[in-house]
Amino acid sequence: MDFSNILQNLGLGFSTALSLINLTYCFLGVLVGTLIGVLPGIGPVAAVAMLLPLTFNLDPVGAIIMLSGIYYGTQYGGSTTAILVNLPGESSSVITCMDGYAMARNGRAGPALAIAAIGSFFAGTVGTIMVAFLGPPLAEIALKFGAPEYFSLMVMSLIAASVLSSGSMMKTICMIVLGLLVGIVGTDVNSGMSRFTFGMSGLADGINFAVIAMGLFGFAEIMSNLADKADLADRSVLNQKITGLMPTLEDMKAASGAILRGTAIGAFFGTLPGGGPTISAFSAYALEKKLAKDPSRFGKGAIEGVAAPESANNAAVQCAFITTLTLGIPHGATMALILGALTIQGIAPGPQVMTQRPDLFWGLIASMWIGNAMLVVLNLPLVGVWVKLLKVPYRYMYPAIMMFMAIGVYSVNNLDLDVYMTILFGVLGYLFLKLNCQPAPLILAFVLGPLMEENLRRALLISRGDPTVFLTRPISAAFLIAAILLLTIMIIPSFKKKREEAVASSEVL
Amino acid sequence: MRIKNYEDFWSGVMFLAIGALAMWESTNYPFGTASRMGPGYFPTCLGGMMAVLGALVALKAVESSSGEHAKPAEGSPFAWKALIMLSLGFVFFGWGVDHIGFIPSLFGLSVITALAGSTFNIKEVLIMTVLLIAGSVGVFIYGVELPIPLFWWR
Repeated sequence: MDFSNILQNLGLGFSTALSLINLTYCFLGVLVGTLIGVLPGIGPVAAVAMLLPLTFNLDPVGAIIMLSGIYYGTQYGGSTTAILVNLPGESSSVITCMDGYAMARNGRAGPALAIAAIGSFFAGTVGTIMVAFLGPPLAEIALKFGAPEYFSLMVMSLIAASVLSSGSMMKTICMIVLGLLVGIVGTDVNSGMSRFTFGMSGLADGINFAVIAMGLFGFAEIMSNLADKADLADRSVLNQKITGLMPTLEDMKAASGAILRGTAIGAFFGTLPGGGPTISAFSAYALEKKLAKDPSRFGKGAIEGVAAPESANNAAVQCAFITTLTLGIPHGATMALILGALTIQGIAPGPQVMTQRPDLFWGLIASMWIGNAMLVVLNLPLVGVWVKLLKVPYRYMYPAIMMFMAIGVYSVNNLDLDVYMTILFGVLGYLFLKLNCQPAPLILAFVLGPLMEENLRRALLISRGDPTVFLTRPISAAFLIAAILLLTIMIIPSFKKKREEAVASSEVL
Repeated sequence: MRIKNYEDFWSGVMFLAIGALAMWESTNYPFGTASRMGPGYFPTCLGGMMAVLGALVALKAVESSSGEHAKPAEGSPFAWKALIMLSLGFVFFGWGVDHIGFIPSLFGLSVITALAGSTFNIKEVLIMTVLLIAGSVGVFIYGVELPIPLFWWR
């Protein structure tokens, strides 16, 4: 695909995204996403899951535009609260707290917010361009993939997700296997046999992913928030007025390098399966600290410490769409949900989406850029509103979240069993929190489970049961070698120590 | 033998149990062969993998010598009250939405979940509930037109 082709496609995308109705969906998504991102205790996964029913009556293009708006809106809202009140709305903005809040305390909340917005917008633009250029060739390659390639790719993605997530790797792999098992529940497409349904007809179509997402990420989160009440009861909201939004020329100079490097790191980790905004933000911050002439400034309000992670996490969010859309392999828990929403809309995710529904693919890309622009315009003037929102006590907030979740879960299939299953996954999710097991890889594996089994079956059917098929096909072998490399890196003691240190420092924050 | 990491030990035991359970349940489904996999093939493999990994996680958390003192489980207390109240609220909603309609079941859900908190002021809860229900009806029934009856009579 050549350059003029891409321009032509982008033209189609912008004409789709700029239609009044899609602009409205984009705006609504971004607004609601930011709102939820600002509220602590509810992350992007639960947000997307909770707001899923809002998109049921939309056309597929409008639905995915709105859901992606929610996704990057939550990321963005999370950093606003990180800067203003030292409360990261999302894990990816944990690192922004360090220097962002320090800047706010020095009376420089305005420039901190502005630089976060500018960095995010720049990173979002680069990310959008990357999706536009990398998407089509990748989809072309992906169209040639057979069952063995897909299986190996999924193995690699899952291994990568476990390496890059925090926490014990063995436990994470267990969570992945558990997710694959949960994905099997329902009727087996090949034999028509019901598996793990325990006689419940409501489970014949499998467990609804909204149930798992809301149970593990919404329900469980509320339980744990209610258990340690001290934490959320007294939030020291910054009371001083925010004056002087615009950063000085000096700030811009200091931050521009950080924005560029942060964007590059985010784009790298974002494209990588299993990588995500959180690891991008942490790596970008670490790099800036290493490159700085005077590292002691960090943590005391260095503007690079805001610019780099904020650019990185936004670039990663955008680039996550590359693999998700072209390969149909979700990249993280939130992406898995967005793909699930597409499936509900009757669109099978995969490389064929780009050729069959060009309006959807390119419309989404264009709307991502528009959404990023909206975030900048929307957020800086609305900062005051977000701060007020933070003063809403948690005892009003969680019943509202519970209501939204209940309605959301029920409305997917109009099935009361789904509501009860959410309780089960909520309790399970709370147990996972208590046992320090990461739930995000589980939901990723859950979505991949049926796909993985199907491709494993097909691959071995074609090869007549010969497992070497995964190694004799070059692309498949490359994926598996990459997976093994990732695993061995983890076992190397020096790297293992580094990773543990990084994990530990992220937990302290 | 002493447990040096409770979190890891119990998660290992949990994974071992779930893995074993999955393998046991999978024996009800035909296993097949590698080239013609039955419905039991994949889950049996996964269950086995999980049981082995779970056992390893649990074993790693146990120390044979009694050198270090076991780290007691720390953190916040177990959220029994929240667990019971939130679950009850969802059970009420799940039952109610099919039997008594959208508005009454949301009312029950809101009041029951509000009981999970540390403070409960009936006036405050009622005002909040009415506002939330009004918002939900506006957004979900009139906005996105979910086909749920508002009350039991319609």
